[in-house]
Amino acid sequence: MTTREIFDSMEYGPAPESASEALDWIAKRGPKFGHFIDGAFTKPGKTFASKNPATGKDLAQITQGTAKDVDAAVSAATKAFPKWAKLSGHQRARHLYALARLLQKHSRLFAVLETLDNGKPIRESRDIDIPLAQRHFYYHAGLAQLRDAECPGYAPLGVCGQVIPWNFPLLMLSWKIAPALAAGNTVVLKPAEYTSLTALLFADICREAGLPPGVVNIVTGDGATGEAIVTHDAIAKIAFTGSTSVGRRIREATAGTGKALTLELGGKSPYIVFEDADIDSAIEGLVDAIWFNQGQVCCAGSRLLVQEGIAEEFHARLKARMDKLRIGDPLDKSIDIGALVDPVQHQAITAMVDANTEGETYRARIDLPDEGCFYPPTLVTGLSPAATLMQEEIFGPVLVSTTFRTPAEAVELANNTRYGLAATLWSENLNLALDIAPKLAAGVVWVNATNLFDAAAGFGGVRESGFGREGGWEGLKAYLKPTAPAKAAAKPTTTDGDTGTDGIDRTAKMYIGGKQARPDSGYSIPVRSPKGKLLGHVGAGNRKDVRNAVEAARAAAGWGRTTGHLRAQILYYIAENLSARADEFAARLRDMTGTSSAKAAAEVDTSIARLFTYAAWADKFEGRAKPVPIRGLALALNEPVGIIGILAPEEAPLLAPISLIAPAIAMGSRVVIAAGESAPLALTDLYQVLDTSDVPGGVVNILTGAHADIAPALAGHLEVDAVWSFSGSGLSALVEKSAAGNLKRTWVNHGKNPDWSDASAEGPRFLEAATEIKTVWVPYGE
Amino acid sequence: MTETATNPAETALSEGRLPQIHPARNPGMPLDLDWVARAQANTSAIERRAATLPGRRSVKKAHQAAWLARAITLIDLTTLAGDDTAGRVRRLCAKARHPVRQDILDALGLPPITTGAVCVYHDMVPVAVEALQGSGIPVAAVSTGFPAGLSPFHLRVAEIGESVKAGAAEIDIVISRRHVLTGDWQALYDEMAEFRTACGPAHVKAILATGELGTLRNVAKASLVCMMAGADFIKTSTGKESVNATLPVSLVMIRAIREYQARTGIKIGYKPAGGISKAKDALLYMALMKEELGDDWLKPDLFRFGASSLLGDIERQLEHHVTGQYSASYRHPMA
Repeated sequence: MTTREIFDSMEYGPAPESASEALDWIAKRGPKFGHFIDGAFTKPGKTFASKNPATGKDLAQITQGTAKDVDAAVSAATKAFPKWAKLSGHQRARHLYALARLLQKHSRLFAVLETLDNGKPIRESRDIDIPLAQRHFYYHAGLAQLRDAECPGYAPLGVCGQVIPWNFPLLMLSWKIAPALAAGNTVVLKPAEYTSLTALLFADICREAGLPPGVVNIVTGDGATGEAIVTHDAIAKIAFTGSTSVGRRIREATAGTGKALTLELGGKSPYIVFEDADIDSAIEGLVDAIWFNQGQVCCAGSRLLVQEGIAEEFHARLKARMDKLRIGDPLDKSIDIGALVDPVQHQAITAMVDANTEGETYRARIDLPDEGCFYPPTLVTGLSPAATLMQEEIFGPVLVSTTFRTPAEAVELANNTRYGLAATLWSENLNLALDIAPKLAAGVVWVNATNLFDAAAGFGGVRESGFGREGGWEGLKAYLKPTAPAKAAAKPTTTDGDTGTDGIDRTAKMYIGGKQARPDSGYSIPVRSPKGKLLGHVGAGNRKDVRNAVEAARAAAGWGRTTGHLRAQILYYIAENLSARADEFAARLRDMTGTSSAKAAAEVDTSIARLFTYAAWADKFEGRAKPVPIRGLALALNEPVGIIGILAPEEAPLLAPISLIAPAIAMGSRVVIAAGESAPLALTDLYQVLDTSDVPGGVVNILTGAHADIAPALAGHLEVDAVWSFSGSGLSALVEKSAAGNLKRTWVNHGKNPDWSDASAEGPRFLEAATEIKTVWVPYGE
Repeated sequence: MTETATNPAETALSEGRLPQIHPARNPGMPLDLDWVARAQANTSAIERRAATLPGRRSVKKAHQAAWLARAITLIDLTTLAGDDTAGRVRRLCAKARHPVRQDILDALGLPPITTGAVCVYHDMVPVAVEALQGSGIPVAAVSTGFPAGLSPFHLRVAEIGESVKAGAAEIDIVISRRHVLTGDWQALYDEMAEFRTACGPAHVKAILATGELGTLRNVAKASLVCMMAGADFIKTSTGKESVNATLPVSLVMIRAIREYQARTGIKIGYKPAGGISKAKDALLYMALMKEELGDDWLKPDLFRFGASSLLGDIERQLEHHVTGQYSASYRHPMA
């Protein structure tokens, strides 16, 4: 084309970023790559091709990691751990700072390599992925510096196994490696098989930065390699980002092994547009929501909910915007949409969209490249919530849409999903926006913006989008463990003895929805003193009782919307009423456990003090305003987890359940708790105290019976949001495995419980377990 | 050579192609206060869009040269200084006729081009009209008590008539900012409608003085009201406010243009003015127009730059395209 012709046509023309430096690096370091273990690249093993999805051409050969390779990496990491963990925070900070600097120095090389390997537009890798990765290392250099002083009572976990996806290869690597190293752990990381190259380049700069050998190990390969990491005995923690189905398998595989686990999984994030929104900005936001990275984004705003009155105009303007998107060579600087990562993805998306028969499908009227893995921006309107495309994650540039009538209905539709990763809402009405944000079931909410990320702000999901946060102090905590002493959990005891009682028979019932309830089973279990004296009976709880209790807890959802002040008042009131009956509770403890009067009285006293502690915390466990680099707020709000199932321990029959119930209800969660098996009567006595203390029905539900009968139903219940097991019945594995169904958060004892009378058995650790951090981004400006 | 057809429409005609069809003038419409009330502008979202645009579009090599040449045809070459004289204005007009050295145009294989218009104060209109005789380059006059717009209303209206009589084909009016700041949309509408009537056949550009309107939301509403009242163009600034054309303000105004077109079918022109002095900025604005409104807004009947020093930078860039070496300003004839 001549200049003259362009003068008339006014086309953009090609604006390619050069790939030569990146290709040179591949040629020099590869093109056949081994793993990075113990500070050096290994010889390539059996390899597979890594392709450029925009052209389908081979870029490099990547080694398929074997169990032996993983072993070697884990032992290098294990060997490196003690020395790395012993470094001062400042020394680790210097290493992280060096990595950040090198990421910055080689930023264009990383960006081009990422685009070659993944197919995302160079604009995104250059302006978003790589800068965010640098920021993550700078931020975590700071966290490393501050960890010793700011996280007393915590220690690193050990070797962390990290498995990351292909959609943000280097950025996800940063999200995993930076906090792990800052906390003092060593890592074995597996990049996704499609996109290993920037991880290998990162390995290169680890050498350049002088990172001690074995602190970072990169093992490449497919799912089998990942499985070898997940199931490796010497690994203390698994951090995974990827699909919900794989996350669920990892949950099951790690159940009961004692491995810490964080999962960042799929999503079907709602994108809500209220009628008073700046429509053009909301549409531009959609470009960044669902057409960012070809829609291959776990938190993509993929489910559009538009208020009915503006829907027609909104869709019309949206279609016009779609027709302006430019799809093509990802290395071209004027391209909005690049290539999907692999033909497999293309087939999956095509199959899902083609199977849909509902609504109307609009494909952007733009030219697709003749070859390469490209899928056009697509909008499917007029879907019902029941449509598969409204429920299932597509993970491609396909937006689905429906309408709502009222704010309440918007919330209902938004939350009508198994996922809970992110949510976006657009409104110019501050009252509306700030009312809706807390009501959305999501770990991240963006108000009048979308896909904002920063190292200082926590990111992660609720429901089947996983658990744990990445970024911020909360992300660091996921790589630390408390150093508080723990001792073997007491096992339930059964004592044979007499069958009669001295006085009138008193049979403790269960306590469900604020009412006493007989066991569904119709069976009772005797409770005896250590000497065999019959103290009474409790119901033998079963799955139906669990169902009823969870139903009651569900109905008490209003508890989460009460004020901290009110919850504090009620906790004080419980303490007051318990205090009034202190002697009676002490006597009960004495009878059930055979403990001394003084010890029994002390347990009651500590229980009262503990209630005070959580009454105190109820209005003081504050969120944070994160200093993110935008003009706006990023609020980390501590929200109640929801319904927490608890298996109480055998020891401290009054203090231990109170130590677990009180933080949960102080934070606004509701509780279904199964009393310890041997001495349940202190907890069943407590419901009379709850009854007289203004605790609304359903907030605390008490079950009795064998934990082995109750635990599967409780941990498996899909409406329960978290399960804590301090059971003496060794149920950690069962609980974690059962929890995989809805990927609820778990907190299990692995056979070791805290000393309940110790100060370490109260405080922020318990409050953190009782809350989910929701990050609400509110950019502002007029 | 001097009398050659030089704007794109006439170029097309001279080459036997279909002439560019001038869009219909804006007849205006009744003031729709509901529409005005609904107008929204989310500042931070608009700023994000504006901030990421440079990273989303890039024009290189021959395309860049062609785009920059096109940019020249979009410039309202402007002098609005208290010390303007007939001589100064004649020089400016001569530059408007020959904005780029002929050898550079030849090397690039480009046709003769002119700037989009010459923009002056009323007293300079006759000089400019005479100097531009036969060139096809229109003279634009700033009017209505430019820049503050606070002279007696009847004088402001009369000033328009005088300038049209003196030969101005385009009138750049200033609105009363106080009507926007107090939300008196009816008053703004009435004022604009009267200015429009006074312009007669001359095209009217409404200068919103966006730097003095306080909020982007006000910019959006004022844009809509001025279009409803018949503005042919909406323009950001007088060049005299402390903040002139910005990308966020432009985005708000051109989105209003898009919405007006969607409702009425009428295409309104856009003129950012003040502060656009680099070739790179011009490319960015053009990409913005192309993205948000379409290629029609890359032509002088729907898009102008109000600029005085932009041309110099573009000339240097064009020479760079020809020689491969960075240019010096003294190598290009001054205005």
